[in-house]
Amino acid sequence: MAEMTYRDAINLALKEEMRHDPSVVVLGEDVALYEGSFKVTRGLLSEFGEERVKDTPISENTIIGVAVGAAMGGLRPVAELMTVNFALLAMDQIVNHMTKIHYMFGGQAVVPMTIRMPGGGGSQLGAQHSQSLETFFMHCPGMRVLYPSTPADAKGLLKSAIRDNNPAIFLEHELLYNSKGDVPEDPEYLIPIGKAAVKRPGEQVTIVAYARMTVLALQAAEELAGEGISCEVVDLRSLAPLDDDTILASVRKTGRAVVVEECWRTCGLGAEIASRIFENCFDVLQTPVRRVSGLDVPMPYSRKIEKLCIPRKETIIQAVRDVTSGGY
Amino acid sequence: METRLRMVLPDHELVRLYEQMFLSREFEDHCAEQYTKGNITGFLHLYSGQEAVAVGATAGLHKDDYILSAYREHAQAIVRGADPKRVMAELFGKATGLCKGKGGSMHLFDPSLSFMGGYAIVGGQFPISVGLAFSSKYRNEDRITACFFGDGAVNQGTFHESLNWAQLWELPVLFICENNFYGIGTEVHRSSALASIHRRTCGYDIPSEKVDGMDVIAVYKAVKYAAEKVRETGRPLFIEATTYRFRGHSMSDPGKYRSAAEHELWKSRDPLPNYAKRLLEEGIATREALDAIEARCRAGVEEAVAFAEESPWPEDSEVYSDIYV
Repeated sequence: MAEMTYRDAINLALKEEMRHDPSVVVLGEDVALYEGSFKVTRGLLSEFGEERVKDTPISENTIIGVAVGAAMGGLRPVAELMTVNFALLAMDQIVNHMTKIHYMFGGQAVVPMTIRMPGGGGSQLGAQHSQSLETFFMHCPGMRVLYPSTPADAKGLLKSAIRDNNPAIFLEHELLYNSKGDVPEDPEYLIPIGKAAVKRPGEQVTIVAYARMTVLALQAAEELAGEGISCEVVDLRSLAPLDDDTILASVRKTGRAVVVEECWRTCGLGAEIASRIFENCFDVLQTPVRRVSGLDVPMPYSRKIEKLCIPRKETIIQAVRDVTSGGY
Repeated sequence: METRLRMVLPDHELVRLYEQMFLSREFEDHCAEQYTKGNITGFLHLYSGQEAVAVGATAGLHKDDYILSAYREHAQAIVRGADPKRVMAELFGKATGLCKGKGGSMHLFDPSLSFMGGYAIVGGQFPISVGLAFSSKYRNEDRITACFFGDGAVNQGTFHESLNWAQLWELPVLFICENNFYGIGTEVHRSSALASIHRRTCGYDIPSEKVDGMDVIAVYKAVKYAAEKVRETGRPLFIEATTYRFRGHSMSDPGKYRSAAEHELWKSRDPLPNYAKRLLEEGIATREALDAIEARCRAGVEEAVAFAEESPWPEDSEVYSDIYV
């Protein structure tokens, strides 16, 4: 084990996979010489050279399309989009091409590629740079959607995504880059895709969360323990496919669920998870499933009102108190 | 000035070009008939009139050069070597189709022929072509990528992004624009500020050439020369082939936006009879030999239709296969 940041864990995963497999290439805006706008690709150009670490024009749709073609041609590209917001420029290649090619060509083509994208809000970057678009990707079949909360998960999940023969979206939370944790140094350390993790066992309420929301949920659970409320925190890690088994087993045990999502509430992943819980656990639910969501607004700049738009420890605590006190 | 055919290719290859064009035309005519009968459904975009482009260009490429195209791609697949029976079965939506009936008319694909797909989002194939060319360069393969597209695609962002990228990264892509002058019903002058499409590559410093897309030999020579240049230099080139589709954009389009006079003018330039005439005049084939070829093509397509009719539908379980590897 070594203590390192979320950023360095992702960087290590990239380096290990590039050492492991010469068909892995990294491409994106400012990933090579500038070493990434969030410095996630630091040291890649000097170790692997300009054949494998490629700066690209600011052409997001074509960045993804080039990765699709390169993957069809036998490479294992890892494309970085500078932030998830810019993925909207690339939705044609992501949705109409990347996720369809295996299916519409009758299984004859594979597209083993990964798209890395920083995302999330909370840094006063305004409406166009603060979005949480994870649900957009989850809605479309044909790709993995991964969003880790810890450095160890980030390393293990990214390595699994790169080795997987399906296209994967790998989201990185901008406010987690400097968070620290123990990371296994084993270059074969892999986190299985599609497996959630119980990050804190508990008895009375299941809190389902992901990425930075998991960090907040764990803080909330700690504080609630002081009030005598025992929370189980399920960290999704994989948003697609969702690990129904882990989510539903936890709710069957606790009989209550709070789902925390950073994305917009309407048609958000919280609605999907709540629906799955209602469909499968109605008989054991003691209260309705509660959602704690990002507000349905474009993100404002001013930090005083921006913080109202993103779930906080306090809003999670309040939701848990509501479902355990009958105050729902 | 027309080239003497024997200056270009040996007799049997010259005759083969005619056979491929005739097969393509015959295939499309049968598709139209099967669409009318309800055996082919969905969108159906026919290639009739443009055969000289697919046939001439494919002849100018190596067998393992990648080919990508748009949604009017039956001929490109068949000329590359796809079995007409399996292409027709795909159009019928049958399990024996090229893509197990999951793709349909617009999404033919055969990796064994390096035919890397028909794409139905206008301009979608540009970046994928660049990516395939990058993989070839990275893997030191002696292979170029031929990217076919229509005049309507040149106003998509991916066109400009991909031309820039191919030149910037020095990638072996041969861009082949099939300019049939209409994006559905919008004539090229009504959609492009600079309607002379091959001139639009100057912003990316990519040399380009315009060629008569109704003349299979002219297309062959241009593509053969350009493909070798792309192979040798590792850099992109661009060909605009001017052509015409004799039918509507799709089967649901009666094509009323084009005048009868314009249509007649282009019909007089039909690549099939004009090329047949040259073969006869230069003594490369006899009328009897061409008749025999035409009969063989017709029989082959009829056999393809029968194969498609008799083939089984996909199993219901196919709905969920091939979403993930």
